Amino acid sequence: MSCELWQDWLDVYVDEGCTPEQLEGIEDHLRGCTSCSAEVLARMQMKRATRAAAARYAPSPEFQARIAKSLQNRRKSLWAITWIPGLAIVAASFVILAVSFTMLSHHHQREQAFAELLDLHVATMASSNPVDVVSTDRHTVKPWFQGKLPFTFNLPELKDSPYRLLGGRLMYFKHSPGAQLLFELRKHQLSVFILQDQPDSVPLQAGQTTANEKGFSMETWSELGLRYVIVGDSSPADLHALGDLLRAAGGQ
Amino acid sequence: MPLFARLYNFACWLTQDRATAEDLVQEAFTKALKGFSSFRQGTDFRAWMYRILRNTYLTSKSGLQAFVSFDSDIDAPLPPSTDETPESLLLARVEQQTIQDTLEELPMYFREVILLSDLEEMSYQEIAQTLGIPMGTVMSRLFRARRAMRTLLATRLKEAAQ
Repeated sequence: MSCELWQDWLDVYVDEGCTPEQLEGIEDHLRGCTSCSAEVLARMQMKRATRAAAARYAPSPEFQARIAKSLQNRRKSLWAITWIPGLAIVAASFVILAVSFTMLSHHHQREQAFAELLDLHVATMASSNPVDVVSTDRHTVKPWFQGKLPFTFNLPELKDSPYRLLGGRLMYFKHSPGAQLLFELRKHQLSVFILQDQPDSVPLQAGQTTANEKGFSMETWSELGLRYVIVGDSSPADLHALGDLLRAAGGQ
Repeated sequence: MPLFARLYNFACWLTQDRATAEDLVQEAFTKALKGFSSFRQGTDFRAWMYRILRNTYLTSKSGLQAFVSFDSDIDAPLPPSTDETPESLLLARVEQQTIQDTLEELPMYFREVILLSDLEEMSYQEIAQTLGIPMGTVMSRLFRARRAMRTLLATRLKEAAQ
């Protein structure tokens, strides 16, 4: 099948709407076609840019309070005129649904945050200039961020460890600047994202979390108002060991 | 209130007016509460809520006007494809404001399907439930909507460059 015939399916692939058979076919094609692979990456970026741009309007607290009050009054009047046990079941179901969806929504936001950082890591790997400051010296990389970030961080001494610092770059996540540091471990490259830990902007759970996303491992933790996220295709244990080095350096 | 902020954002994109969006959200929540018995357990609650909101808008005066050209336009031939690929558009560093302006410029039936897919990250199945159309129609409409968006973006960027 030529590239032209695959064009209609690229959006479906990006939307994760392919059947397993279609997925197999399109991934076979993508492995051998740099043009379509680049197109897929670009469409993913376009989708992400649209998502960021479309999250534009937020309800005012006054409106939120007004509607909550209005719904409360509505519930009271319903309570007065309908069969009480029946309504209690409906109300209980509504509360359960509300709680479930709040939890699902938080889970969804967290997944989305991880997915965005994973995309950034993959895009960095694909770039011919993955970092803006190229150095294995922490005393070169850290000062490079001075004046570019509204916070600072410590980097560990890696001399006696299997990890090697490759450099860093400035990145943006949820409209806030952050640092992306690139480390190497036995030919594997790991990204460490350091961001300001704001509940609204980085909806990741406090504490350490290890997750596997499409074969990638991730570890995140919060320390001194900063959120650290490590992403890479090494094992969770390798990520955790790098995390230990960063945590030790952060506490200095 | 589940989905409150997201429904409000979607309502603003539909109505293009915050006051109208507030009325729309309030009416949708009232209808949802009143008609909760019609919600079938085990089905998609999010699609159910978005469908109530959209149907409420469709039956309003401004909603009727927004979708008035729906039937005649939806099957119109696709605009010619431009040379602008998403990649070249992104290389041009499309600003968020430009994307927002382009979304506003899209016809309602294209805008809503892009929002449900890209912003709400609904599956084709969920979008089909929300809009009350077959899944195949969702896919073809999304394809047309994205092509229309790319064409508009390319035009805007060309104008800006002149």
